[in-house]
Amino acid sequence: MILAPIIATRALRKIYPGSKPGRSLFGGGLALPGAPGMTPRSPTDVVALEGLDLEVAAGEFFGLLGPNGAGKTTTLDILTTRTRPTSGTALIDGADVVRESVRVKQRIGVVPQRPNPDRSLTAIENLLFHAAYFGISKSVALTRARELLAMLGIATRETARVPELSGGQQQRLMIARALIHQPSVLFLDEPTVGLDPQARLALWEILRKLHAEGRTIVMTTHYMEEADRLCDRLAIVDHGRLLAIDTPANLKARAPGGTLLELTLDGDAGGCAGPAGHLPGVLRVETSRELLRVFARRGEEVIAQLIKIVDQAGRTVTNIHLAPPSLETLFISLTGRKLE
Amino acid sequence: MTAASPDVVAPGRVFLALLRRDIHVARRELAAFLVRTTLQPILFVVVFGYLLPRMGFVQKGYTSALLPGILGISLALSSIQSVALPMVTDFGWTREIEDRLLAPVPVYLIAIEKVVAGVLQGFIAALFVLPIARLIMGPIESLSIQHFGTVFLVIVLGSASFSALGLLLGTMISPQQIGLMFGVIIAPMIFFGCAYYPWRGLDAVPVMKYAVLINPLVYVAEGMRGALTPDLPHMPLRYVTGALALLTTLFLTLGMRSFEKRAIG
Ligand SMILES: Nc1ncnc2c1ncn2[C@@H]1O[C@H](COP(=O)(O)OP(=O)(O)OP(=O)(O)O)[C@@H](O)[C@H]1O
Ligand SMILES: [Mg+2]
Repeated sequence: MILAPIIATRALRKIYPGSKPGRSLFGGGLALPGAPGMTPRSPTDVVALEGLDLEVAAGEFFGLLGPNGAGKTTTLDILTTRTRPTSGTALIDGADVVRESVRVKQRIGVVPQRPNPDRSLTAIENLLFHAAYFGISKSVALTRARELLAMLGIATRETARVPELSGGQQQRLMIARALIHQPSVLFLDEPTVGLDPQARLALWEILRKLHAEGRTIVMTTHYMEEADRLCDRLAIVDHGRLLAIDTPANLKARAPGGTLLELTLDGDAGGCAGPAGHLPGVLRVETSRELLRVFARRGEEVIAQLIKIVDQAGRTVTNIHLAPPSLETLFISLTGRKLE
Repeated sequence: MTAASPDVVAPGRVFLALLRRDIHVARRELAAFLVRTTLQPILFVVVFGYLLPRMGFVQKGYTSALLPGILGISLALSSIQSVALPMVTDFGWTREIEDRLLAPVPVYLIAIEKVVAGVLQGFIAALFVLPIARLIMGPIESLSIQHFGTVFLVIVLGSASFSALGLLLGTMISPQQIGLMFGVIIAPMIFFGCAYYPWRGLDAVPVMKYAVLINPLVYVAEGMRGALTPDLPHMPLRYVTGALALLTTLFLTLGMRSFEKRAIG
């Protein structure tokens, strides 16, 4: 429980109505307003968030981890007023994201998962107009825009139209746009996807600096290293539920002891689970289709015996992946069922 | 004003910034915009206002009935398209509008701003077409520009109703349906909009005379007739303004609701 959290969600749920093709004018008639707070009505409905409770302290660098479709983007969309929750509440700095969306928008900066710059404008115009939407005077905006473009290494693309920017340059522009009005809470949805290694490191530096200035940062990522290095605290979510939330160090300590050995077989791995579980030093075994996943102390010694077991089961190992205890092994052990 | 002050910016200021953005973009694309929205009405003027009268297929006086209608069509095409087309791609594919949805104002204000920008563009299209049409058609019987105030009023109300309709269409149509929008909504609207013939002419087909009254173009065309050729038969101005105000309110209410639904999924 955090005292005076700057971000707080309570029992946040989001159900997307199932897609009926062409749900618009000439398709299935007008979309009628769905009744909020209802349980899924149709089997095609997608439950993206299933009662999410999150609290983030002011000034915290918070990471959101989870496999594809876990509900990370949905969470960020709700917190940034761009999607309405089906039920539950979310507050930013005490302002409700639905009822007081203007106050919320005043405080936040957003880097969306997919870059969506204003394609009718040039790079710098994107920043200048965005600043204008926040009531920032032209001269202040111009100084800041130039600084940001330089900081993100796209100063030379200042007057380029958006379609002339590369994917990574557009992504950098999105980061600049999220910063131009100097928001106190920054939301970044997989901000380093599409960036080259140099730009990724540069962004890390920028984020660290913003964090040091006392801004609150919420970031989703699929890179464990990134989460580990940058974030004060991490939440691991899947199927719209919170699976774990703690500091990276504490989470790593919770990782199932030992090394993760992941063997890919040429067929179903089900028959190997029993014998593998009896090997000395093996802590846990999971299988899903052709994947045999074993957590073991002294992993190197177990490998040979695992291969033997696979042989006896009449299968062949096509690939082996080894990972020491880490965020990654915890992530996989928490969300592993996802692969089924 | 410095940085991250948590005070909320005056909505009027944000509104003007949003409008400035649309004007900036429209100005940059002015030529393409004018071609897209006024070429068709101008070509119509060439055929029906110049060629056919010269060939003797239509009476000379036809041009007086045609000119107000042509202005109405230009207004309709420009206002509807300038609001609806970018919105369809925005909501359907690019989500470009998101940087405006994040502006610290209620979402409905962004919808209203789009309509205001549409009114401005309708205005420009109408002012562009009027002299060109007059030039092509030659002198027009009973044309009078004395009622400029009325012309102004009809243009504003007319483009407001078309822009609001553009908002509604732009939020309801998917990118794949744009072609359909022209075929199923805009084309019938133009042909049954009393643009090429006065409403009075429909006395000949009474069912149609009343069926077309849901069409905003009817009022714009008739209003223009009342303003530009006041001596010829036309619908009384108070019906014109009343109906346009009503249709604008209707389209705007529905359009804003639809916009919010698309904007905040
Ligand atoms: N607009 C939408 N309409 C219908 N379903 C949606 C919509 N957006 C997301 N979903 C569904 O909601 C669930 C959560 O999606 P979300 O985008 O939040 O996942 P995510 O954790 O961000 O995944 P990723 O790592 O792939 O970005 C998924 O099952 C997805 O299919
Ligand atoms: Mg996502």
